[in-house]
Amino acid sequence: MNPEKVVFGFFIVLALTLNFGFYVGEFNNPAHHNGYELFAVVIVNLVATILKFGDRTQMGAVLLATSLVAVLQLLAATIVWGAAEYVTETGLTPDVMASVVSLAGGAMLANVISVVLLVIETVMLRR
Amino acid sequence: MNNVVFLIFRRMRRPLISLVLVYAVAILGLVLIPGRDAQGHPWHMDFFHAFYFVSFMATTIGFGELPYEFTDGQRMWVIVSIYITVVVWIYAIGNVLTLLQDATFRQAMTEQRFSRRIKAMREEFYLVCGYGETGSALVNTLTERNQHAVVVDIDEERVSLLGVENLRQFVPGLCGDAARPIHLLEAGLKHPLCAGVVALTNQNEVNLKIAITSKLLHPEVRVICRADSHDIEANMASFGTDYIIDPFDTFARHLATALQSPGLYLLHDWLTSLSHSELTEPVYPPAQGLWVLCGYGRFGKAVLKRLRAEGLEVVVIEADPALTGISLDDCVVGVGTEPETLQQAQIERAAGLVAGTDNDANNLSIIMTARQLNAGLFVVARQNLMDNQSIFEAVQANMVMHPSSIIANKIQVLLATPMLFEFISLAQYQDEGWACELVSRIAAITSTTTPEIWEVSIEEEQALAVSRCIAEGQPVRLHHLLADPRERENRLPSIALMIESNNARQILPAAETVLHIGDRLLFCGHYAARSKMEWTLQNQHALAYIMTGGSRPQGRVWRTLERLMSRHGA
Repeated sequence: MNPEKVVFGFFIVLALTLNFGFYVGEFNNPAHHNGYELFAVVIVNLVATILKFGDRTQMGAVLLATSLVAVLQLLAATIVWGAAEYVTETGLTPDVMASVVSLAGGAMLANVISVVLLVIETVMLRR
Repeated sequence: MNNVVFLIFRRMRRPLISLVLVYAVAILGLVLIPGRDAQGHPWHMDFFHAFYFVSFMATTIGFGELPYEFTDGQRMWVIVSIYITVVVWIYAIGNVLTLLQDATFRQAMTEQRFSRRIKAMREEFYLVCGYGETGSALVNTLTERNQHAVVVDIDEERVSLLGVENLRQFVPGLCGDAARPIHLLEAGLKHPLCAGVVALTNQNEVNLKIAITSKLLHPEVRVICRADSHDIEANMASFGTDYIIDPFDTFARHLATALQSPGLYLLHDWLTSLSHSELTEPVYPPAQGLWVLCGYGRFGKAVLKRLRAEGLEVVVIEADPALTGISLDDCVVGVGTEPETLQQAQIERAAGLVAGTDNDANNLSIIMTARQLNAGLFVVARQNLMDNQSIFEAVQANMVMHPSSIIANKIQVLLATPMLFEFISLAQYQDEGWACELVSRIAAITSTTTPEIWEVSIEEEQALAVSRCIAEGQPVRLHHLLADPRERENRLPSIALMIESNNARQILPAAETVLHIGDRLLFCGHYAARSKMEWTLQNQHALAYIMTGGSRPQGRVWRTLERLMSRHGA
């Protein structure tokens, strides 16, 4: 058992599950999407990305790419959220919520790809 | 390139993750702990403000308690957070700084910079492996002749010497083991402009490995190797190493040349030494009488063979006959530094002495002792180390054999002026009278310094005017090139040493020789002659003046007028 693989697998799957948890619910209803959960998704995704730094394999490079996409999408979501609440002071209207959730949805897709790649890599190892 | 990025990322993983986690905990704590707003109502800090606060707290910037004054509960959490975040932040920065000073990282950076420079090479270059005495002498002469070189050496100090030495061209250097193919490849072995590989390390095996690597990975490249033993030489020759240079054999051959024909030796010496150095005096080694040879090592063996071939009587002095494979009857046992040994070798009646041990102090001592016994000796000294140059000069030996400079000299002739190398090979077949005549002609031209040597190819790039003139059907002869473009009655102080035309070589061609496109010429002469000859070669008006004595009209109007006038006149 490779502890590096355990830790990385843990963070990748956790990123996906948290992302999914944030994403489910009525699309534009602020009550269905928790800010704490978004915070947790961002942190876990950041950690998962950093864990793939310096991996020279092809798989490692692709995983780094997907994680970077997820982080980028999530940061965009948090910026939209923060800007709506403090900069333009429109508050969490259904419009704003819709764009935040759709950005998080995009991040989730990237996280799904990461997990799929992880599963493929595991299957290919066969030991 | 990737190496460095990966190295940074790998090393940054741990600090970055700890930074992210500590930030997350601090932010989460601030969000969860209840606070109070300006009016005293209960209030929870949001993520935005928490991130803002933690960002300036962790970097110790400290803007104060924002947006409202903190409650004591919040302050308690902030105390804990300050210590954790600041420590982790410093740890992360410290990590980056250590990384920048890390030896592996620096090596990766240097190698990256080096390979980028090699890729950017736009002119032919020579890959010199080994930057010791020979290597530095060679690189120095190559750069003096405006050629490019790349250096690989295993010793970092010697590579860093490259930066200090005042070379005319920039020479990239790599610290690495040249026996490993990866380092040769990094240094541009497969680069299309790599013209040659020169293996000059002080280990025969490494030179052999370099030669075979180069021949396998880049078969067209010229490979020049230093070899100190005949086994290695045969091995190198077996897979087509282009030039193998054995300093001892080379010197022994020079000595034989000097014995047979001092003029030829002097000619060789003048033409191959660095231009603008002092002209050396001729040496006349005694071609009969007894020679005493001290040291029967690789050098001694090579010299003995040549001396015997000249029919000379030789007495060998050797300290360890068993090791060098000479029978006790054929030699006098001893170092040669004591008068007894020398007297035993009949130094009193000897004409020449070769001090050829591998110890400089012993060689000098042999010379001084022998001179006390016989002042009229012709002395050949072997100098092993460059550092001892000044004492070898002081002892005033008639010939000094210094392996490094012999190799460097031979290779620079080979690389910088390949035609001169051919000329010297052809000159070996000429007699003493021929050589003496040429020597006196050179001395008349250059007076006190050695002549400048240059090659000219009759082609558009190097000789625009001449090649156009030939293409127009006007024959250009060699004496046109040798005329002064400012006053055509005068001759330039230069000599045409050789012409190569259709693979046929002619040494000292006649002045009437007609030049063809594609011919290559070798000249020697005063350095001013070279720049004047450039005019004749490149400038149509200068060439026209030399050929006709008049100057052609240069502008379009005058040319048309001239044509009209000549038609009118006719």
